[in-house]
Amino acid sequence: MAEHGRVDPMAQFKIEPLFGTDHWAIAGHNIAFTNSALWMAITTIALWVFVQGGMKRALVPGRWQMAVETMTGFIDGLLAANIGPNGKKYVPYIFSLFMFILFANILGLLPLSLLGVHPFTFTSHFSVTGVLAILSFSIVLIVGFAKHKLHFFSLFVPHGTPVWLLWLIPIIELISFLVRPFSLALRLFVAMMAGHVLLEVLSSFVISSANSGLLWGGVVGLPSFLLMIAICALEILVAGIQAYVFALLTSLYLNDAENLH
Amino acid sequence: MRIRRLRHRTLTMPQISQLAETYASQIFWVLIFFGFVFFVIGKGMVPKVMETMAARDSQIAADLAHAEAARRAAEGADAGWQATAAQQRAQAHALIAAAKHDAAQASEARLHAAASVIDARVADAEARIGAAVTSAMAEIETVAAQAAGDIAQRLAGITVGEDSARAAVKEALHG
Repeated sequence: MAEHGRVDPMAQFKIEPLFGTDHWAIAGHNIAFTNSALWMAITTIALWVFVQGGMKRALVPGRWQMAVETMTGFIDGLLAANIGPNGKKYVPYIFSLFMFILFANILGLLPLSLLGVHPFTFTSHFSVTGVLAILSFSIVLIVGFAKHKLHFFSLFVPHGTPVWLLWLIPIIELISFLVRPFSLALRLFVAMMAGHVLLEVLSSFVISSANSGLLWGGVVGLPSFLLMIAICALEILVAGIQAYVFALLTSLYLNDAENLH
Repeated sequence: MRIRRLRHRTLTMPQISQLAETYASQIFWVLIFFGFVFFVIGKGMVPKVMETMAARDSQIAADLAHAEAARRAAEGADAGWQATAAQQRAQAHALIAAAKHDAAQASEARLHAAASVIDARVADAEARIGAAVTSAMAEIETVAAQAAGDIAQRLAGITVGEDSARAAVKEALHG
């Protein structure tokens, strides 16, 4: 990480195989268990523990059960608002998506480096966010075609399209439709990566300026450190917002598939 | 020195530079773990959590409905009681009025009976008084006639017949 007193802001995204490098493979593709996979496992376990706390099924919920019910109620409300009564059946998927991304984002922000552990934010890899985006997009396609058959293509001709624009609007709509998985995947990956890079660059400012002496430490290091604190708060917000945006956009796309428009 | 080192370093994105070697692992593991999250947590646990919420909501709604029904029953019972009380009060009033009426009638009848008895007694007494007066008058006539006869014999030495004495007395008495 800090070779010769310098900080490489990209080193935090480096994938390091932990085990299974040599012989774990599917059809010739290596599937080594990496630090990325390790943090997926940690995210999964943390999420499982969190939801397990909501399984007491008490009539009068305690704090933990209340927290879990708040999250499921939040997703339920999101789907009810965006899709309607048909949205109920997507609660498991959207909940999984939202909570998986949210926990991954927040766990990746934990200051575990103080304990000598390097958190890894796997949502800052488009190979991961891409899989989630393609999953969401596939569900939209499957639901859309299963429910509306070829009528689903009417999605590309919005209501009130003038006849003389019929040659152009469907093309624009088709492009905007096909861009969806990329926008889903890239938005999350870029937001997470940018925040982490920013924090890392600012921390390198703090370290370098402090090493240069009191003057530079005061002029550059201290403001950078204060900015870092503010950006840490912002990053926590972004972690929530990006998970929410991913879930919200997926539910909006599902609404198109469920109800056309 | 530092600038040269900076130029020497190449800042690469591991997301891209490591893509070829890691994409299979990334895709595989995210599918495994997200699949676990979806099937075990999303499909297995979330519906139970939501079931609990729905059960609680329905219980609250049922309790509220129950309370509302109880309130309505109480209101109905109260209205029934009020009606019964009003009815009973009206019945009591009617009974009192009937009793008053009966009592008035009874006392009137008694008064009437008493009055008729008194009237009969008065009439009887009056009749007896009349009879007594008549007999007294008759006796007075007889006595007066005898006295007139005696007086005439003693004073004038005339013997007056009983019948003429009586006629004269009658004439004198009755004018």
